[in-house]
Amino acid sequence: MAKITFITSDEEKITVEAESGSVMELAVENDIQGIDGDCGGVCSCATCHVHVLPEFVEKIGEASEIEKDMLELDDHANEFSRLSCQISISPELDGVVLRVAN
Amino acid sequence: MGCPFAAARQETGIGKMDDQNDPVTMLLRLKDVRKTAHNYKTFQSGAVPGRIVIPSEVSIRDTRQIPFEVDPPEHGEYRGLVEAWFKRPLEEAYTSKLTQQIENALDEALSKNSLEVIEEMMLPIQSRALTLLLNTPYKEAETWISWGTHVFRSEGEALDADKANVLYDYIDKEFDKAAQNPSDDLYSALLNSDFQGRKLNKEEAKGVMVLTFAGGRDTVINALTNTIAYFAEHPESLERLSKEPKVIGNTVEELVRYFSPLTQMGRVVTEDTSVCNENIKADSRVSLCWASANRDESVFENANDVIIDRKLNPHVGFGFSHHKCLGATHARQIMKVFIKALSQKVDRIEILDHKDNIEELGEFKRKVGFHSLSVKFHSKKS
Repeated sequence: MAKITFITSDEEKITVEAESGSVMELAVENDIQGIDGDCGGVCSCATCHVHVLPEFVEKIGEASEIEKDMLELDDHANEFSRLSCQISISPELDGVVLRVAN
Repeated sequence: MGCPFAAARQETGIGKMDDQNDPVTMLLRLKDVRKTAHNYKTFQSGAVPGRIVIPSEVSIRDTRQIPFEVDPPEHGEYRGLVEAWFKRPLEEAYTSKLTQQIENALDEALSKNSLEVIEEMMLPIQSRALTLLLNTPYKEAETWISWGTHVFRSEGEALDADKANVLYDYIDKEFDKAAQNPSDDLYSALLNSDFQGRKLNKEEAKGVMVLTFAGGRDTVINALTNTIAYFAEHPESLERLSKEPKVIGNTVEELVRYFSPLTQMGRVVTEDTSVCNENIKADSRVSLCWASANRDESVFENANDVIIDRKLNPHVGFGFSHHKCLGATHARQIMKVFIKALSQKVDRIEILDHKDNIEELGEFKRKVGFHSLSVKFHSKKS
């Protein structure tokens, strides 16, 4: 089980938990504002964009080339950007904090 | 099915076609298509109404489709007015009505010995589903079905101004009705929308409605018809989806990638520029060729195969960036519900006859769908 905290654009902090699946799925299931996951998680829509808080970057890991290409053209992208559909939930992610980009 | 753009995409990255004496430089690689779609300052959508569409609709309409033919920042303001409305397909009540409509259509198809899929099945499904998106009475679909498969085109002719007028006159009347007796449909919602400190005017509201009717007509019909043809040739995929419905979301994305129901969309170049070593003059047109980008072998493994559970699928079948398809939520929901119903009720699909719809795009010929497709559905033994 991993507890993951989202900070929305309204500065609301919401902590939710899951055992498996992707971070995008977890966010959509819990109606996290700003995470839509329109394409269902195949890295096509960029509607699940999050900024990883610096202290968790190492834990979450780096984006793949395909994901980086998607993020490159997103107006809110920065060095901490990830598409949350590409982050798989595992016990190691327990405690991470993600800021919703949109 | 191979990709007609493959050689040009690999060699130069561009293609050329003429369109009513307003030539188009087609961009064929995924990265170029994305970058160009994102750069609205140099590659604009807010040109003369109808010019970014290929074939051009400049000679048949003056109404600007909104937010489609507007650039940022106004684009975002318009889009913000309607975005929540176009997310309604995610609501349970909406999906449940859509499921009912589609299951009824499929049950009717299963009861026939043969049927022509486009006229008898997909046009009705698309039209009835549109009553949900517009939140208008179900019976309105009968009028739309009578218009035929493309709001602007009729069989054998690229452009049909008379048909466009039928749509415009219809929309005008619906707005008059909504102005007199506001209801909870999209017409009334638009007339009641605030834009830059005033109400949306009728021409702007009409621009949204024209886009909604035109953009989701042959695209949805092509997507559904190609889906039928695919499952006719791959009954094993249908069987798998009946056992693993979780994969249906991936399958929808993959079929949209593979079949790319809209081949391309244009942009008008605002300043002299270059793409793929090709100089492009100001006031000329480029196209974002979604169909080619979606088969880009430098991005997609086995790009010419349908892999129904493809995990990483950064396709541009619904466009990309600011102007990505406003109706995508509705279209995805139709596809998901349709494939689910198909996998539950249908054992196999037999193709009896077909007439392919081949687009001629300069040096390229691309099959975008069918003019007609006759099939027999065989039901699952219960």
